[in-house]
Amino acid sequence: MLKRTITGGLLATTVLCTHAMAQDVTLTIESWRNDDLAIWQDQIIPAFEAANPGIKIKFTPSAPAEYNAVLNSKLDAGSAGDLVTCRPFDASLALYDAGQLANLSDLDGMKNFSDVAKSGWSTDDGSATFCVPMASVIHGFIYNKDAFAEVGVEVPSTEAEFFAALDKIKEDGNYTPMAMGTNDQWEAATMGYNNIGPNYWKGEEGRLALINGEQKLTDPQWVAPFSQLAKWGSYLGDGYEAQTYPDSQNIFTLGRAAIYPAGSWEISGFNNLVDFEMGAFNPPVQAAGDTCYISDHTDIAIGMNANTAHPEETKTFLNWVGSAEFAKIYANALPGFFSLSNHEVGMEDPLAQEFVSWRSKCESSIRSTYQILSRGTPNLENETWNASVAVIRGNETPEAAGERLQKGLASWYEPQQ
Amino acid sequence: MNTTKKPSRIKWHILVFLAPAVLVYTAVMIYPLFNTLRLSLYSEVAQTREFVGLANFKTLFGDENWSKQFWNALGNNFWFFIIHMLVQNPIGILLAAILSHPKLRFAGFYRSAIFIPTILSFVIVGFAWKLILSPIWGIAPGMLDAVGLKSLYAPWLGREAYALTTLSLVSVWQFVGIPMMLIYAALLSIPEEILEAGECDGITGAAAFWKIKLPLILPSIGIISILTFVANFNAFDLIYAAQGALAGPDFATDILGTFMYRTFFGFQLQLGDPHMGSAIASAMFAIILIGVCIYLFAIQSRMRRYQF
Repeated sequence: MLKRTITGGLLATTVLCTHAMAQDVTLTIESWRNDDLAIWQDQIIPAFEAANPGIKIKFTPSAPAEYNAVLNSKLDAGSAGDLVTCRPFDASLALYDAGQLANLSDLDGMKNFSDVAKSGWSTDDGSATFCVPMASVIHGFIYNKDAFAEVGVEVPSTEAEFFAALDKIKEDGNYTPMAMGTNDQWEAATMGYNNIGPNYWKGEEGRLALINGEQKLTDPQWVAPFSQLAKWGSYLGDGYEAQTYPDSQNIFTLGRAAIYPAGSWEISGFNNLVDFEMGAFNPPVQAAGDTCYISDHTDIAIGMNANTAHPEETKTFLNWVGSAEFAKIYANALPGFFSLSNHEVGMEDPLAQEFVSWRSKCESSIRSTYQILSRGTPNLENETWNASVAVIRGNETPEAAGERLQKGLASWYEPQQ
Repeated sequence: MNTTKKPSRIKWHILVFLAPAVLVYTAVMIYPLFNTLRLSLYSEVAQTREFVGLANFKTLFGDENWSKQFWNALGNNFWFFIIHMLVQNPIGILLAAILSHPKLRFAGFYRSAIFIPTILSFVIVGFAWKLILSPIWGIAPGMLDAVGLKSLYAPWLGREAYALTTLSLVSVWQFVGIPMMLIYAALLSIPEEILEAGECDGITGAAAFWKIKLPLILPSIGIISILTFVANFNAFDLIYAAQGALAGPDFATDILGTFMYRTFFGFQLQLGDPHMGSAIASAMFAIILIGVCIYLFAIQSRMRRYQF
């Protein structure tokens, strides 16, 4: 009943708005990024409207946790906006398969993106792409420069240096070596396993081999990240078992911890909170001179509602999303969300520059569990959260964790059987 | 003729007065309940909904991936319930007995203070206790340190062995006011004459409680037990607010409510499956129904009632 009222209300507003601006076409954007409302209204939309008279844009975000459910019911009811912000992989693929997102493979703007960039919003065989990639997030470690100088440790580039630095900070005793908890579980997998993992499974090479069934989660390159995580436990500070994600953020920004396993989305938030200088380093490699790999994860894109009344205008906007102008505005307004396009994008934030500089010296990959492999039951992503936490806490050996994940994956995923 | 017609006339006023409640209750309770039961017999095959009979239940109980989670959640739910029965209800009765003591001063103040957490939102209670028990900002480690018991402190919410018991006790703290109020009301309704008659026979103090008051409040205790049972097996909010939908650590606090939520609405990369979710909801409904039936037929019907 509530849904109907909302739908009715939305219809009413749509009718009213169309009536008020009869000469202009108004496009509505569905999004979960309500944090970005000001950026859209003050920077992105004016820039587009100035270049494209006759098209008006309305940004109408909903709460992140409710977005998928709200969007699905709006699409079913036919009241969804013309433009739809796309979650990566299966959530959007399901919408495309249901005929609710349009195929955008032939869009001009799509030429500016690489296959890896498009992988989050393409069909499994890569034949159709249905959303224009907007941004990715890069994983690495943010550190407190003042703390490093005070304790006298250098930025580590190999695994041995990394643990030596952690030992030294722990011995010094003034700082918690690393700020991460296991209460919320996802950090252990996202900022732990999938952050350090690509160095072992060689990024895309290992990820694709796993999808093709050529490698198994019990192989040494997939168990090794767990072996490293098993050593993290003693550096995480007292009571990390009950430490939540906001706790970790606060511990680091208050200057109580030296290293924070991070995703680049933290940058803009941290910039406003810290009163010390921050630096960042990419996940340390096994031996000096090894090629480094980073998780440069496709996170957000935008597509077209297949039932939109204004397909031409919507495509004009989507082409603009693929342009250098959009890439520059977006990357600078939201440091930490990096453009996925092939354009050269100048960024002003030093921390964001540091993160994005890894793209040129390291090989990029995306999170191993996101494409195809988390489609069945048990869900590999959720299992990886659980296993990463169990390994850090010492409840499960790295080998046992690998075996459990492999058994779960093989139970429903044919190439692994 | 008039006299024969009168009884068969439809009593419109009864229908009119019943209608609002019946309609609202049907729309928000009965229809969704039956629709959930119906939904559990369907599944989505190639973008369309198809009738699959009891296949969802076969998966839920037969497939190890599902059944392990289900039994784990059910077991946790029973532990959650047992803690409430063993801690919440006896404490509630004790508090009511103390409050009804005629010589107690500030009884009204205590009554309100103990009852207030009951009206707080789960979210507030969940977050407040999470902060109190937090190893980083919490006051629990500091308070234990002040009395020299720091060694007893552990990050309880983060340990498999303690997390569920800790959350159960938080829930007990929140809801102890309900049994207290119900028992308090029952105790107040016991006529003075009975107690005085007991005194004449030499039954005073604690003996009066055990031999006179307790048998008289047994029906209330029965009602409280069944309310606790239903509330506990429908619980979800506190666990979700404190530990999230994945009910960590390692599913140690996963109860049927969080299991159902995760399945029905999906979680992170796991897409929502309304049909399996409905199957779990139906299983929850069956469990509660059986529990309530056992109570109604085996216990309530044998209970003796006293009329004053």
